[in-house]
Amino acid sequence: MKDLNAKIRSGLRIEDEDFLRLAAEADLHQLGHLADAVRRRKHPERKVTYVIDRNINYTDICISACRFCAFYKKPQDPGGTVLGFEELGEKIEETQKLGGTQILLQGGLHPDLPIEFYEEMVRFIKSKGIHLHGFSPPEVCHFAAISNISIQEVLDRLIEAGLDSIPGGGAEILSDRVRSLTSPNKCRADQWLEVMEEAHRRGLRTTATMMFGHVETLEERLEHLRRLRQLQDRTGGFTAFIPWPFQPDNTALAQSISVRTGGHEYLRTLALSRLYLDNFDNIQASWVTQGPKVAQLSLFFGANDFGSTMIEENVVAAAGVSFRLSENEIRRLVEEAGFTAEQRLMDYSPAHL
Amino acid sequence: MEKMFEEAGLTAIYDKVTREERLSLDDGLQLYRCADILALGALANIVRNRKNGDNTYFIYNQHLNYSNICTNLCKFCAFGKAKESELAYEMSVDEVKEKVRERLDEPITEIHMVGGIHPELPFDYYLQILQAIKEVRPGVHIQAFTCVEIAHLAELAGKSVDKTLEILKMAGLGSLPGGGAEVFSPRIRKLTCEKKLAGSDWLEISKSAHRLGLHTNATMLYGHIETLEERLLHLDALRKTQDETGGFLAFIPLAFHPKNTEMSDLAQTSGIDDLKNIAVARLMLDNFPHIKAYWVMIGPKMAQIALSFGADDMDGTVKEEIITHMAGAETGRAIGSATLVRLIREAGRKPIERDTLYNIISTPALSGELL
Repeated sequence: MKDLNAKIRSGLRIEDEDFLRLAAEADLHQLGHLADAVRRRKHPERKVTYVIDRNINYTDICISACRFCAFYKKPQDPGGTVLGFEELGEKIEETQKLGGTQILLQGGLHPDLPIEFYEEMVRFIKSKGIHLHGFSPPEVCHFAAISNISIQEVLDRLIEAGLDSIPGGGAEILSDRVRSLTSPNKCRADQWLEVMEEAHRRGLRTTATMMFGHVETLEERLEHLRRLRQLQDRTGGFTAFIPWPFQPDNTALAQSISVRTGGHEYLRTLALSRLYLDNFDNIQASWVTQGPKVAQLSLFFGANDFGSTMIEENVVAAAGVSFRLSENEIRRLVEEAGFTAEQRLMDYSPAHL
Repeated sequence: MEKMFEEAGLTAIYDKVTREERLSLDDGLQLYRCADILALGALANIVRNRKNGDNTYFIYNQHLNYSNICTNLCKFCAFGKAKESELAYEMSVDEVKEKVRERLDEPITEIHMVGGIHPELPFDYYLQILQAIKEVRPGVHIQAFTCVEIAHLAELAGKSVDKTLEILKMAGLGSLPGGGAEVFSPRIRKLTCEKKLAGSDWLEISKSAHRLGLHTNATMLYGHIETLEERLLHLDALRKTQDETGGFLAFIPLAFHPKNTEMSDLAQTSGIDDLKNIAVARLMLDNFPHIKAYWVMIGPKMAQIALSFGADDMDGTVKEEIITHMAGAETGRAIGSATLVRLIREAGRKPIERDTLYNIISTPALSGELL
């Protein structure tokens, strides 16, 4: 452990066996301490950033039926909706009035809507003059399948319409064994990575996520991180990594597994991610799933970003978790922890110069 | 580890901790002011492991609040109501019985019962509710009445505190829960709870209870207008009392919840402050066997994390918490024992179901008969 300590402190990359060793042997304080050392090396200015944005879900109708999801409606279910442009416009204007700089746009995998629909939606949103962070890789793959075009063409057309960056959702665990158990209808791990690689090659920045604490093994979490690190080595296109635990309420998966991730395991996983992903600049805390207190602590376990104010959030709320935080509360939590709070844009540049 | 303490400027305190030397108030101040929460936690964890190993306790308990009518009306409280308030309530002896009867099928070993300083209920009522609980659930341990209520009951009985406690003990009282301590500082009491029993009297009543063989807990309400020095003087007073009697079982730091109180303009405590209070208490209260992370106050996730920052007890199932919820607590009103076991185990500790006096009731097996 002493060698490992020295290795990490001198900024060297840790290997898979180091990761497994840390996971097995290091206690919570040791992991936090090491992750904090890395965090301080990468962000010596003692600053914690956040973004003001709104999660807009253009539809909850979804053919994917992932077993960990409490948000979607099947196409035949009553009550599924597609957001009209008028309402979309109102949501964007409201966001802008609240100082919001971007829209996080994601939706279900709708059975009928063609690529033209999404192009039009992107053009409409961009006409409002706001950064559009939209369409996770499963959506991009789905658009390609529905319109019978390549992933590359989907990306080119959405970028042409104005898409600015891509959110890292839908990664879940990048292991096809896990995906076949939890989300068999969603894009495979290779496809998720391919969308991100193609996006990076086109100059789009993206984030990456991990939803853990369900059927995956520790080795599969590591596989997830390894694949992200390898892609980041090739492209450098990821801005941030955002891990959060599976939120079981109202999901099909909750029936069959008894695993529930507590705050302890969340902090450990966060710290291990910070240690392994040496080529990621930023790690986000997940206050939406962890609440303000644990999120504040995350800043000592590797996180340097508080995520978004989330003027609107529907997906996690559907799984029975509904923490709310205003910009002022985020700033207070950050400052009480001994950092300065700074509003940022998607690419982590300051929102106010 | 040592390097971590060195970087945090805690080497001198670390040396004292390893030598099992008592920390001074200045040490305590340095700990509270330490910006490195991880080093602070690791230091507290040394003491926690020395005293309790991996043992982490919880209890199958039921809360019962016989009345919220109160003449003290402390500014930090959302529970107490004036007699004429629409929200005021009091339970009849039969209602108390009914509350206990409702949960007879659950393996509850402790009834935790506190209430307001009621202006009219006679002394006999308090004896009757103790007896009623014992009648419905004979084997249960009753942990009831803060020192503030005991002082009031002694006045009602027209007897000394010692005599009053003896009578209550005869009626079924098993121990005292430790509330009403708030912050002992006369300055804080004057500003927040002028009518409440003085801190020095709270300590005297605890000592009386200990001398009569009644164990008690101790609390501190933090995160309102108290200074760090006032917190430390509070801890020091408890430490001195414990030196005299050894009757305290656990110390429970209580996070102030501002909603619906007269101090609602104050912010909620932060996660950092919650952990600091656990860790500093573990380090300062060297003669307290247990430090409790009360999940109702700080949430189950934080209570679980606190197990690595000095705490060795998560309280219990609680069943129907009212007092903190009236002040806007967003935690559940009860928690399942299976959830407590899971949280403790995930934190790498050994779950132990205890009774009020920390006797072991069961050690859930690894595959988990409770799961």
